[in-house]
Amino acid sequence: MSEIAEGGGDHGKGGKKRAKKQSTRIDMTPMVDLAFLLLTFFVLTSTFSKPKSMELTFPAPPNPNDPKVEVKNGITFLLTKDDKIFYYEKEFRAVADAKGPATEIKELNFSQESLHKFMLDKNKWIQEEIKKLDDKLKAKQMADTTYKRLVKTIKVDKDRAFTYLIKTDDKATYKNVIDLIDELNINLVGKYVITDIMKSELDLVNTKTGG
Amino acid sequence: MSKKPSKGGAPALDMTPMVDLAFLLVTFFMLTAAFRMAEPVVVDPPSSIGEITLPDNHIMVTIDDKGRVFFGINNPTAKMAALEKMGQKYGVAFTPAQIKKFSGLASFGVDLKDLARYIDAGEKERTNFQPMKGVPNDTLKNPQLKDWIAFAGTEAVKAYNDAKEKAQAAGADFKAEKPRYAIKCDGGTKYIFAKDAIKAFTDLKIYQFNLITTLEGGGTVLNPHP
Repeated sequence: MSEIAEGGGDHGKGGKKRAKKQSTRIDMTPMVDLAFLLLTFFVLTSTFSKPKSMELTFPAPPNPNDPKVEVKNGITFLLTKDDKIFYYEKEFRAVADAKGPATEIKELNFSQESLHKFMLDKNKWIQEEIKKLDDKLKAKQMADTTYKRLVKTIKVDKDRAFTYLIKTDDKATYKNVIDLIDELNINLVGKYVITDIMKSELDLVNTKTGG
Repeated sequence: MSKKPSKGGAPALDMTPMVDLAFLLVTFFMLTAAFRMAEPVVVDPPSSIGEITLPDNHIMVTIDDKGRVFFGINNPTAKMAALEKMGQKYGVAFTPAQIKKFSGLASFGVDLKDLARYIDAGEKERTNFQPMKGVPNDTLKNPQLKDWIAFAGTEAVKAYNDAKEKAQAAGADFKAEKPRYAIKCDGGTKYIFAKDAIKAFTDLKIYQFNLITTLEGGGTVLNPHP
């Protein structure tokens, strides 16, 4: 590739000028090859080794003296074996009482038509509201800080935003939990929490799954 | 010298600047690269849309598909101090050489009483180390995981504060991040194992975590905004 010392060819001809014609050029090709090999190695290993993560905050255990907070628009997901999800809305009622009939759980799965569609239906309004704000922000009718504040307000809207409770039984996998949280994040849900399953809920799931 | 281009010969090209640049970059990447020791276990975390890069200063709990817990601290100073504290609490003595060697190791998943043997073992023996049952996480009888987290957390915060004070005293910019707690769990692990590990954290009033996930590549969740 690169030129190798040609000066050496004149060696025998003029004895006097030998010293001047001696070339100091070295073939650098192997060195360059090595340099780039190392470069490639370090570039690849340093950029691809940083793991990505999602941040998650768990609730502090409730203080027994605190007043019991009533969840208004609650949706509870119960995760179980074979990637199945059961859910019910509102509060849990073991038996029918004055407020309404006994809780029945419905089944979902992690497919596009099931969970994704369910979440999309429930949270369409959030996305519509945020889109309105987006348009305003783009049209420069709104400051950046106002936008952020309003988005936050929408996400935790008292009357319309749902609170999602995620509960798992002994057979649910970690992947199920992450997938569900991921779906909530995708749908810009503001309020969700992972908590312990109740015995009555577990019984209900077990009757459905037969185990 | 290269005045006369010989017929058929390759044209001479001065490669010096390119070589300079290449070596400059090599040096840069070599110095910035942090080498990691081989992890004792391979876990395959689930995918998500989470794009937060894990901060360098972290304390990581890894859980493999069998539910074994592995513990790792990124900060060498905190790691050494935490090992000393653990040794004192559980009455296991470590030599200074062992403590020094421990700071360079990746995460580990052995009982504290086997740890000295684990540190002294060679690289190859370490992967097949027995018994590797994970860090004990028995809240009542043997809460080693909880103690590790507690000591490592305190020491990492202390190291952070020391570095901060030092930088401020010297009038330099201080850019390091506070230590964070990360959980890396295999997708196929039963959630209850992760829950037990999280319980160790919440018992210590640590509620915020970075859950390690791989970047979303298809799977169950597709384009959310069609």
